[in-house]
Amino acid sequence: MHPAPSVIFFTTFSGLGFGLLFFLGLGYPAVTGWMAFAFFAIAYAMAVGGLLASTFHLGRPERAVKAFTQWRSSWLSREAWCAVGALVLMGLYAAGLVFFQTRIAILGILGAVMSLATVFTTSMIYTQLKTIPRWNMNITPVKFLSLSLAGGALFAGQVSIALVLLVIAGLVQVFTWVEGDKALAASGTDMATATGLGSIGKVRAFEPPHTGTNYLLREFVHEIGRKHSQKLRAISLILMVAVPFVLLILPFSHFFALLAVISHVAGVLTARWLFFAEAEHVVGLYYGKR
Amino acid sequence: MTTLPAKTEKKLGLVIDLDTCVGCHACVISCKGWNTENYGAPLSDQNAYGADNSGTFLNRVHSFEVQPEGDAAAQLIHFPKSCLHCDDAPCVTVCPTGASYKRVEDGIVLVNESNCIGCGLCAWACPYGARELDQAEGVMKKCTLCVDRIYNENLPEEDRQPACVRTCPAGARHFGDLGDENSDVSKLVAERGGMDLMPEQGTKPVNQYLPPRPKDTIPESGPEFDVLAPFLEPVAEEPKGFLGWLDKTLEKL
Repeated sequence: MHPAPSVIFFTTFSGLGFGLLFFLGLGYPAVTGWMAFAFFAIAYAMAVGGLLASTFHLGRPERAVKAFTQWRSSWLSREAWCAVGALVLMGLYAAGLVFFQTRIAILGILGAVMSLATVFTTSMIYTQLKTIPRWNMNITPVKFLSLSLAGGALFAGQVSIALVLLVIAGLVQVFTWVEGDKALAASGTDMATATGLGSIGKVRAFEPPHTGTNYLLREFVHEIGRKHSQKLRAISLILMVAVPFVLLILPFSHFFALLAVISHVAGVLTARWLFFAEAEHVVGLYYGKR
Repeated sequence: MTTLPAKTEKKLGLVIDLDTCVGCHACVISCKGWNTENYGAPLSDQNAYGADNSGTFLNRVHSFEVQPEGDAAAQLIHFPKSCLHCDDAPCVTVCPTGASYKRVEDGIVLVNESNCIGCGLCAWACPYGARELDQAEGVMKKCTLCVDRIYNENLPEEDRQPACVRTCPAGARHFGDLGDENSDVSKLVAERGGMDLMPEQGTKPVNQYLPPRPKDTIPESGPEFDVLAPFLEPVAEEPKGFLGWLDKTLEKL
């Protein structure tokens, strides 16, 4: 899959933003007034910024509001509803904390649940696609949720829980790589089933339909990005989990906390780039590519 | 709604004969022509006369080489591919706006372009690469089965079929109701062992592909008699007359 910057930014920052909102909704940290304002501003900047980034990959962004109509069948539509629900609930909850020094617990809890639901629906957009075996696994939503929670805990300054969640997110991430590497072969889709010619013999792509490239190749076939995938996996794991983990167990300082956050975000961006760049869409088989 | 209909009254679709297709790409051109000039946004090209040209096509012809086991000769198979109008079309259910839908009356999968936000998710969900996001218009384009031809009473009756079928010079493309087991296309599929592409994806495609016949094996009934064979015998095996004398003389030297 083409690793489009808009979608990488969207999934990374909305995941972190809604992860932070989850912890704020549960009252961690228990802040009010200007401190609460600062936390919510960061969370909204990431969540809303991510959602806005996602509109950049639309061909017709001016019609984006139509995406609210098909919640009965479409995960993308459900995500739109969950995101708006979470942002409205948390907005009201934040107003109570910032302006009235009052924590309306029920709003916070509902907002926290909707924030996690948003991350889950985002993950299901990718998980539902049988055409991309690497994403079409039960572990994919676990990966998105565990990363969002770990990042949220980190941003919320919840050190002890962040340490545990970072390790869990790292283990889940490694597991998705190990399982993902076997997914295409396990899906049973190959050039033989794609062409139906496998019963005759070994199928080889002889000539593509056009001399030039096309939308399908640009969007779905990204072989070059996988060249350094092992190195990038190691880099992302170090930045995303190892560096923040070490910085958090050191004696607390705001500078280390900032470094941990920056390192984590860089690691998640790298991992998310790989999430797209490594994903093989079965349509590539018609071109003899993966 | 982007939920799929439980049942469609007809299953209009194509039967593509891989034994007959000669790979001329006439279906590609006629499709592009009709669908650029008629219903919906035109199929745009980018940098059409430059070095890195590309464009939107609803039908593309791949060519595959198939090497059978043993020493049999490889076969070259031309492989046209367009929307298969699947019964369980994954492109329809993922659509967030309801722009993608499958028609109850004939099973054709269509895009309502004025509702499409160009998110591309339907193209991600299609295993066949049947949908392409038009780069000029920003909306998803796909085969309509020439819905503006097949019911069009302004056209002569012989033209009321998809442009690709009408234009195919080899007769490799057939159009009809694959839900009716007595239709010509259904009989053809039954007779020739029509197949689904990527059946494991669970899309239940309506379009069927007829497998190519083996090209280089002698039937068990013996080699077929070729009426031209007597005319292809060598006419003069041994030179005669002066050339014969010259040949023999030069051999002796």
